[in-house]
Amino acid sequence: MKPQTTHFRFKASQTLVNDQIQQSLEHVYTGFHEGRLTAAANTDNWEELRTKGKAIKDHTIAHLDHYLDLLADSVEKNGGHVFFADDAEEARQHILGLAKANDVKTVIKSKSMVSEEMALADALIDAGIEAVETDLGEYIIQLAGETPYHLIAPAVHKSRKDVAALLSDDFKDGDPVPDAVQLTRMARSKLRAVFERADMSVTGVNFAVAESGSIALVTNEGNGRMSTSVPRIHVAVMGMEKIVPSIQDLSTMLRILIRSATGQRISTYVTMVNGPRKPDEEDGPEEFHLVIMNNGRDRLLAETRMRESLNCIRCGACLNACPVYRKVGGHAYGWVYPGPIGSIVSPVLTGLKDASNLPNASSLCGACHSACPVKINIPRMLLELRWRTAEGKVDARERTSSIKERAVWKAWRFGMMGRRRFDLGARVARIMIRPLSRGGWIKKAPPPISGWTVTRDFPLISPKSLKSLLSVRTKHTKRDLD
Amino acid sequence: MPDTSPLTARPLRVTLFASCMVDQLAPGVGFSAVEVLEHLGVQVDFPGDQTCCGQPAFNSGFRSQALPVATRFIELFENVDGPIVVPSGSCAAMVRNYYGDLFDRDPGLLERARRVGERLYEFTEFIDKFFGTDAIRGSLDDSVTYHKSCHLLREIGIDGPPLELLSNVEGLTLTPLNRADVCCGFGGAFSVKMPDISSAILNEKLDNIVQTGAKSVVAADTGCVFQMQGGLRRRGSSVRVVHIAEILADSIRSTGPDR
Repeated sequence: MKPQTTHFRFKASQTLVNDQIQQSLEHVYTGFHEGRLTAAANTDNWEELRTKGKAIKDHTIAHLDHYLDLLADSVEKNGGHVFFADDAEEARQHILGLAKANDVKTVIKSKSMVSEEMALADALIDAGIEAVETDLGEYIIQLAGETPYHLIAPAVHKSRKDVAALLSDDFKDGDPVPDAVQLTRMARSKLRAVFERADMSVTGVNFAVAESGSIALVTNEGNGRMSTSVPRIHVAVMGMEKIVPSIQDLSTMLRILIRSATGQRISTYVTMVNGPRKPDEEDGPEEFHLVIMNNGRDRLLAETRMRESLNCIRCGACLNACPVYRKVGGHAYGWVYPGPIGSIVSPVLTGLKDASNLPNASSLCGACHSACPVKINIPRMLLELRWRTAEGKVDARERTSSIKERAVWKAWRFGMMGRRRFDLGARVARIMIRPLSRGGWIKKAPPPISGWTVTRDFPLISPKSLKSLLSVRTKHTKRDLD
Repeated sequence: MPDTSPLTARPLRVTLFASCMVDQLAPGVGFSAVEVLEHLGVQVDFPGDQTCCGQPAFNSGFRSQALPVATRFIELFENVDGPIVVPSGSCAAMVRNYYGDLFDRDPGLLERARRVGERLYEFTEFIDKFFGTDAIRGSLDDSVTYHKSCHLLREIGIDGPPLELLSNVEGLTLTPLNRADVCCGFGGAFSVKMPDISSAILNEKLDNIVQTGAKSVVAADTGCVFQMQGGLRRRGSSVRVVHIAEILADSIRSTGPDR
């Protein structure tokens, strides 16, 4: 997927005034966020599980090369094939090659954010292969020609009416809007036929278990499981960080992933795939391919201050908790991963210069950090990236701050380095903006705080600092005592 | 993290770090904090040289500008004994949680920063830890709701104490705020850099506030106070936003000096 991170402000401002999307985004809080809170409250050892989950991920990422080798060996032992793709293009070409070599006519896709990085469905279609998304949300998005809005709910911004219009050519404005069950039936009737003719499937991977070579898929629709069993070739794609050492670790990770994602104790389906069909088995694909993609993740791995972002298990809890995501929506972030996690990984994976608005689009409220099942300290990494865009100390080309901005902070520093300057600066600022004020508040302030007063009054600087108030008081107290 | 051992000696003397914003924009908050602390029998020192902890520049990414200001903060406060109290969870978070990142290339400063951070308490945290939330016996006829300031709640991890302090004020009606723990949209420079997003978040907060019917909203950080008050004023609402130190000081004043 081509990054469009430069458009953040424009896309955000469009969403802010779209009432229908604002209403849809409300469900992200009342449905997912509150669901997660309830699930966490009903899990006795929730904090213990989070700590354990973080430890598992920290350990795995610290020994990633070892576990990737182990995973590849295990998958091959099970009769599967492994391909390491350095970037999205390599992954895409490999999968296109597989499709062509096997004379594949139809590919069914199950939900996978990594395949969005590759823009795989479009690439297959461009190569003359029918490629259909089978996750209901992804299917809707594909019909709409859009990209996913949310990590686990790609079509969360669509109303039922939007969905009806996309699923049925006959649906007209003013028709009664079908309910969710009816909509699902409409999609099912279309997708069944595609399943029947599909000769290859592409699925994501929620976790790959290094010791057993199994992949785990978490879904609430049967189509994910059907994708792994019906077509003759199954290709699973994963980012290289989506790995756990053992089945025991998988058990911990599934518990925190599912509760954090939807608030369920367990999803409707948890599918484990252990390679292609064995000679004595009746079902399953003839071939199993695992594509493990880097696509810039080695840069996250190499930077100690950003590495923790590889712990992400893509549950979406940080999006649901984030007050900014819930206002600007998923498309504003301009690449595959929206929300707080997107604001830290997109800049590193796609280029910080273009994505410089992303780390700045945060009030640093910390709701993402609190919600994260593996305790990723997202605010800390947002600050790290802000530092790079402000000062360009890591790479001078990443600096996007304006000369004006730099001058403001330089002046700020000067003012804070001595108490007399601090007081004098405040008094001068007060004299300058006082004519604009009424009753201690300003309705229209000059730059650099003009943005504030578009929607809010700004407080006038106090006539006396706390220091001078307290010194007067001390004098009075002393006089009283005398 | 500050020492979490059980309450032992109640400090007789503390040092107040006002924060730059309280010092110049809301000195009443600092003044109120002093009154409340004195009410608890604590003598409050105010080092007159203090300015800022460096957070505004740090949060905007300008670490090289924040560094000397933060170093100055350490130099000033490492020379005072006993607890340091700040009426801001945000400044407390800067010193305790983020000085580590700011000084990570200077082990000497890092250690000095850690020692200052160990003695630095947010205002309600300090009262809760050394005196208990029932130590202030004030009364006030008002109806309030409480907004959980983000950095106090999630960076410092203080949830209960501010609410307990309020519920222990006699005569005060405390109405729960829907989504009290959701940010008000302030976020320092964010509120000016991305005012439309900041305001959209604020509007949701203000709707929830108005819905409580409370006459005042209490918050624990001056940033939240100005963001919410600025928005309410623009709406033409008469709801007042106050810092928790102010309402506690009011409750003591109306009760009188006798304890």
